[in-house]
Amino acid sequence: MRVLVWAEHDNVALKDTTLSAVTAAAKLGEVHLLVAGAGINEVASQAAQITGVARVLTADDAAYAHGLAENVAPLIVGLMGRYEAFVAPATTTGKNITPRVAATLDVAQISEILSVEGPKTFTRPIYAGNAIATVKSRDDRLVITVRGTGFAKALASGGTAVIEAVTSTGDAGQSSFVRAEIARNERPELTSAKVIVSGGRALKDAETFAATILPLADKLGAGVGASRAAVDAGYVPNDYQVGQTGKIVAPEVYIAVGISGAIQHLAGMKDSKIIIAINKDADAPIFQVADIGLVADLFTAVPELIAKL
Amino acid sequence: MKVIVPIKRVLDYNVKPRVKADGSGIDLANVKMSINPFDEIAVEEAVRLKEKGVAKEVVVVSIGPAKAQETLRSALAMGADRAILVTTEDAVEPLAVAKILKAVALEEVPDLLILGKQAIDDDCNQVGQMLAALLDRPQGTFASKVEVADGAVTVTREVDGGLETVKLSLPAIITTDLRLNEPRYASLPNIMKAKSKPLVTKTPADYQVDTSPRLTVVKVAEPAVRSAGVKVADVDALIVKLKELGVA
Repeated sequence: MRVLVWAEHDNVALKDTTLSAVTAAAKLGEVHLLVAGAGINEVASQAAQITGVARVLTADDAAYAHGLAENVAPLIVGLMGRYEAFVAPATTTGKNITPRVAATLDVAQISEILSVEGPKTFTRPIYAGNAIATVKSRDDRLVITVRGTGFAKALASGGTAVIEAVTSTGDAGQSSFVRAEIARNERPELTSAKVIVSGGRALKDAETFAATILPLADKLGAGVGASRAAVDAGYVPNDYQVGQTGKIVAPEVYIAVGISGAIQHLAGMKDSKIIIAINKDADAPIFQVADIGLVADLFTAVPELIAKL
Repeated sequence: MKVIVPIKRVLDYNVKPRVKADGSGIDLANVKMSINPFDEIAVEEAVRLKEKGVAKEVVVVSIGPAKAQETLRSALAMGADRAILVTTEDAVEPLAVAKILKAVALEEVPDLLILGKQAIDDDCNQVGQMLAALLDRPQGTFASKVEVADGAVTVTREVDGGLETVKLSLPAIITTDLRLNEPRYASLPNIMKAKSKPLVTKTPADYQVDTSPRLTVVKVAEPAVRSAGVKVADVDALIVKLKELGVA
């Protein structure tokens, strides 16, 4: 089987989520990566070095610069004559584009797979991860999104894939990019951070969140996350949200500060290797999943922790 | 302007799903069912467009069992004008849902279709995008802000790194994210009024859509449970643990 994998990037660098998708796709067959964007030579050469990638297809056109689904989906559909499967990471870009491809190909998409159980059999979470469904496709071709936390990252080096330019399908003329407000910070991205410090509603307000959580994250070189309650209360922007409706993360160490542990939050972080919880309520549900718990007032414990680290 | 809002009846978000003992699915017998929360946000957005004078008519559509009529009535009570129920007792996959909605759209000719970004039961996150593909129209997914002006809709989207704004020509498909709005509670008079609003019943066959599944559900299982670990006495003990983990 030949598998076309969507490479996630920002026209400058390849994103780590691509590496998990490559691992998943390699379980199905020969992996070809599609790098669609504008001015993507550097991304293409990074893609070609990934272990397990046989070929890199590049589609370099201003119409693809922002990954608009209306422009990108026809490109993928046009290439699918050569492939039996299309795989994308379950990022907001992957989730935006992939169903458009599936519907055009008249294939049932399998969203956010956690494992590959057979040539056409996969597991995926349903009901916010409260149940795991094993599903088998009856379609001739597969269209899949991959939950990054379910698969190890392919090695970013060691590969020597051929790079092949493909013909652009151009601008569909239906949509245009207006602007992006992408948070820029020096901290690791949530979906690839080794350590994450997350804050909850107990942090009171934006100032207190910043004054309490950020110094701890800086001390540990950690990414910063938040519960939905903290985001809805306006302590931090929405892209900090970890949970069922936010980001799904699985770092080595996840430190939950002042987070009670609602199901919706647990769905986004319960695959973390080690979970540490600091909460003054000894009965908070977060302690039922935490490997290490500290029952303490975060406003004394966190500053003490920062001072002693 | 006409707005269509497809809605789904799902297990209420406050109810903890229980996996059936035979592993065939989730037990939905005698549990509270409600409108999918993202769809409720979609209804609210459409009704607000109507209240602003941007939209003239809001039509809600549901594909599901006869009881989905209750879900449609709740949307009518929020301010939608009329409803279409496409009845089927079978589980309908997103692709077939999108095909039925395409047929509805070809009949109704809406300017805007607003959907929830995903249903909280199967968590597929597919129908809006599939519908956009089948209609060959643009899509604004995961919307946190929607502005209609001059034959176009500007949608601010919640994306992984922050926010992204796109402009789409109409007709367009929008899928809602959590922070688009806070849905209203229907008032008692509006709930009473909703009972007499028009609701027509159809079947997938009326739209010549084959709803037979493309995916076989082999089994549904409980996820692996994490067990609680240890509690440490104080910050010093926590630091010892962090050092063991190589974090500090």
